[in-house]
Amino acid sequence: MEKTVKNLEDVTIRFAGDSGDGMQLAGTQFTNTAAVFGNDLSTLPDYPAEIRAPAGTTYGVSGFQIHFGSTDILTPGDTCDVLVAMNPAALVTNLKMLHDGGTIIVNEDSFTEKNFKMAGIQSNPLENGSLSRYQVFRVSISKLASNALADMNLSTKVVDKTKNFFALGLMYWMYNRPLDQSIKFIQEKFGSKDPQIAEANLRVLKAGYNYGDTVEIFTTRYEVKPAKLPPGTYRNIMGNTATAIGLVAAAKKAGLQLFLGSYPITPASDILHELARLKEFDVKTFQAEDEIASICSAIGAAYTGSLGVTTTSGPGMALKTEALGFAIMLELPLVVIDVQRGGPSTGLPTKTEQGDLLQAVVGRNSEAPLCVLAASTPADCFEAAYEAARIAIKFMTPVICLTDGYVANGAEPWIVPNVDELPEIPVEFAKDPSTFKPYARDEQTLARPWALPGTPGLEHRIGGLEKEHITGNISYDPDNHDFMVKTRAAKIERIANDIPLQTIDGDSEGDLLIVGWGSTFGSIKAAVEAAREKGISVSHTHLRFLNPMPRNLGEILYKFKNILVPEINNGQLITLLRSKYLVPAVGFNVIRGLPLSSEDIEKRIESIVGGENG
Amino acid sequence: MAETLGKNTVAQVKLTVKDFQSDQDVRWCPGCGDYSILAQVQRVMPEFKHKKEDYVMVSGIGCSSRFPYYLDTFGIHGIHGRATAIASGVKMAKPDLQVWVATGDGDGLSIGGNHMIHMLRRNVNVKVLLFNNEIYGLTKGQYSPTSILGQVTKSTPYGVIDNPFVPVSLALGAGATFVARTMDRDPKHLQAMVRRAEDHHGSAFMEIYQNCNVFNDGAFFTFTEKETRPDRVVYLEHGKPLVFGKEKEKGIRLNGFTPEAVSINDSKYSVNDLLVHDEKDSTLAFILSDMIHNPDLPRAMGVFLATERVVYEEEMQNQISRAKSKKGIGDLQKLLNGDETWIVQ
Repeated sequence: MEKTVKNLEDVTIRFAGDSGDGMQLAGTQFTNTAAVFGNDLSTLPDYPAEIRAPAGTTYGVSGFQIHFGSTDILTPGDTCDVLVAMNPAALVTNLKMLHDGGTIIVNEDSFTEKNFKMAGIQSNPLENGSLSRYQVFRVSISKLASNALADMNLSTKVVDKTKNFFALGLMYWMYNRPLDQSIKFIQEKFGSKDPQIAEANLRVLKAGYNYGDTVEIFTTRYEVKPAKLPPGTYRNIMGNTATAIGLVAAAKKAGLQLFLGSYPITPASDILHELARLKEFDVKTFQAEDEIASICSAIGAAYTGSLGVTTTSGPGMALKTEALGFAIMLELPLVVIDVQRGGPSTGLPTKTEQGDLLQAVVGRNSEAPLCVLAASTPADCFEAAYEAARIAIKFMTPVICLTDGYVANGAEPWIVPNVDELPEIPVEFAKDPSTFKPYARDEQTLARPWALPGTPGLEHRIGGLEKEHITGNISYDPDNHDFMVKTRAAKIERIANDIPLQTIDGDSEGDLLIVGWGSTFGSIKAAVEAAREKGISVSHTHLRFLNPMPRNLGEILYKFKNILVPEINNGQLITLLRSKYLVPAVGFNVIRGLPLSSEDIEKRIESIVGGENG
Repeated sequence: MAETLGKNTVAQVKLTVKDFQSDQDVRWCPGCGDYSILAQVQRVMPEFKHKKEDYVMVSGIGCSSRFPYYLDTFGIHGIHGRATAIASGVKMAKPDLQVWVATGDGDGLSIGGNHMIHMLRRNVNVKVLLFNNEIYGLTKGQYSPTSILGQVTKSTPYGVIDNPFVPVSLALGAGATFVARTMDRDPKHLQAMVRRAEDHHGSAFMEIYQNCNVFNDGAFFTFTEKETRPDRVVYLEHGKPLVFGKEKEKGIRLNGFTPEAVSINDSKYSVNDLLVHDEKDSTLAFILSDMIHNPDLPRAMGVFLATERVVYEEEMQNQISRAKSKKGIGDLQKLLNGDETWIVQ
């Protein structure tokens, strides 16, 4: 039959099902296809901490949201246009994400009494009128997948595992996408290992696509044209991957071996996985016995002239705290990646949060300053990790690079930089025994020399006890301690001379400035753009550097009547800003384990300045 | 320090004890057993085959952990318990370096016990000198994980109720490839054990009985003093029977799996009946370490176990070499590009 084709600027699809239903895979596949097609996009994997919670339960539901479009896509979407629900639990837990009038595609076969009970609902939502605000498509996904494989003699379990590809195929049809990308993926992933599984997945993928084409219930296809992105060579990239290759790039540019000491922790482990594969880049990865050993091994490696790195998340950061102070005392370069997650304690391991800012900036015993910076989008993790390494080496200091569960697992298109155009990272090792003093300092950066074991005549000892200025010998002298505490702080402050001045999106003075940091970038920018469309004047500045802060930040802040600081924590950046700049900033704090809603930020903007300008 | 002699060639200068003494004043309590350990290490180091600048001494926190400051090599005075973790990082990152750890019974077996066992099981080529004084000295006299049951200390006024670790058994259990025991008051033996550790290819664990004359004076005197030592200590030597006693009149024989002390001067047993030490036998090593629980048996000193196994940092390097020969040296631009790129004009 003839189908109409409608053009859309952007669409948000949410795939939801059991943890074992392959929703992350379906979502990632749709993402890669959209990226290669040329859409701009942003994704949000939203999965539970349980690996395989009992099938059919609400706490076992795993979701993947992708927002793609022909325009600049800034967030994974506050709400979705299409919800693909593989069972009743997925439907009831994700329905609140769907806006009124949105589309629901359900696997009708899973809507059984047993599954209603598992999902904790009394009656069939498909029958009881509760979905009247939405457009519901009931598709017999399990049966259709099974029919497509009828002659293959596969076990029920294997057949059941293919149904995510049916949903994917149907979405490809609906959004007019080619299947090539996923066909190639299936062949590469299963082809040689298990040709039967590959064949089954391919058949079901195509069955899903053809189903959309043939059945009469689907009358409309949608087209989302490629985005007008700046020219360049693009790839799709996830945050943790960007972090990993940013570290490799920095090590290569610096001519250093990359040493990663790490301990598995969600959501940071993927950085360890990525780097463990890259042995041909002289990357050494060490899965230590615990968080403490992971950072201590990285410090040991840094002492020998490697780029020492440790990766973790909040609770792991807490365990690394003492060793961080040690690295500050040793004044060795060290990069710490903290992929923040919901806390405190074990908290929400798979959800996002910006709760570790104060821990990173001030969370150590005594006076222990170090450099803290943050990544604002998945692709930005590359530059953030690279910059962390550059500063660590130049200033001989630990640097904490904050990302979070959202940017780490989210994905977006990225203009791949040309290796030759990456900033240089010069490295100098001490060589001359006649002039070598372990704690003599560079005049400009206040960095001490990096003196490697194995260098004749440079034998010296470093340690956690207070150092005498210049010689590095143990010193308990009161004046020396006062001097060293202040010198260590001054060294970190001097990093401000080495980083770009803060820029501002919008007018440089006015009624309202929004100050953000890290992963809230997209939500804030989307909110600001929406407010401007309504004629509201609002400016936005987003901090990469949290310690030290850019030299001109104060001047920027003082030119606005109101300062709004949205954060996924209970007010941490705002605490730093108020204390450092004495500004009457107000917070916007929503700590739900999810990215901030740009709609909510926009409402907040309107509540502050809407009355005057709107 | 090796110096360039007149001509342009660097001569093979023979190093002396002085070359390993740093310019820092030694600040241990007068009479501390640590002095002897430092002296023996400094005495033996000039014989070592690697260059002086390739040695790194790593420590944690405690009296023993001040060791690196007094030794003129590269050194790191670490944080409490983490010496073996730091040392592992040094060795993994740069396997050419010769890495040693100075630690104590608190630093190495209590707060740092986890790192210790994991380094030993991995067989990272790091040599551990564990100064065991059965007390916390730097914090002024609390009990340690090797303090004996009933021991009265500042934190146990009614006596210790924790069962102590046997450090040698712990190291054996962790899968150490070299395990030895020696004592501060036997300089010759201590030197010999340091040499053996230096020559070992893999993790070496050496427990050193060390007298804390301030907080636990005489804890090991029955083993270390000339009058009692012959009857209370049996020295382990590879391939030799376990003989001890002032007149070498006693020995250890195995009764099943149980060691017992016997006289070899009477008609019942001769030296031929005695247990012959085999450093390669890990079962035997456990039996010898377990002798500590029988007060009638002498304390074994020497090398309990010396075996070979894959060395961790070498295998780590091998994986890199293999990856490079299979995939070629990594191309950074390709890595950045990933599997799939597209061009926007």
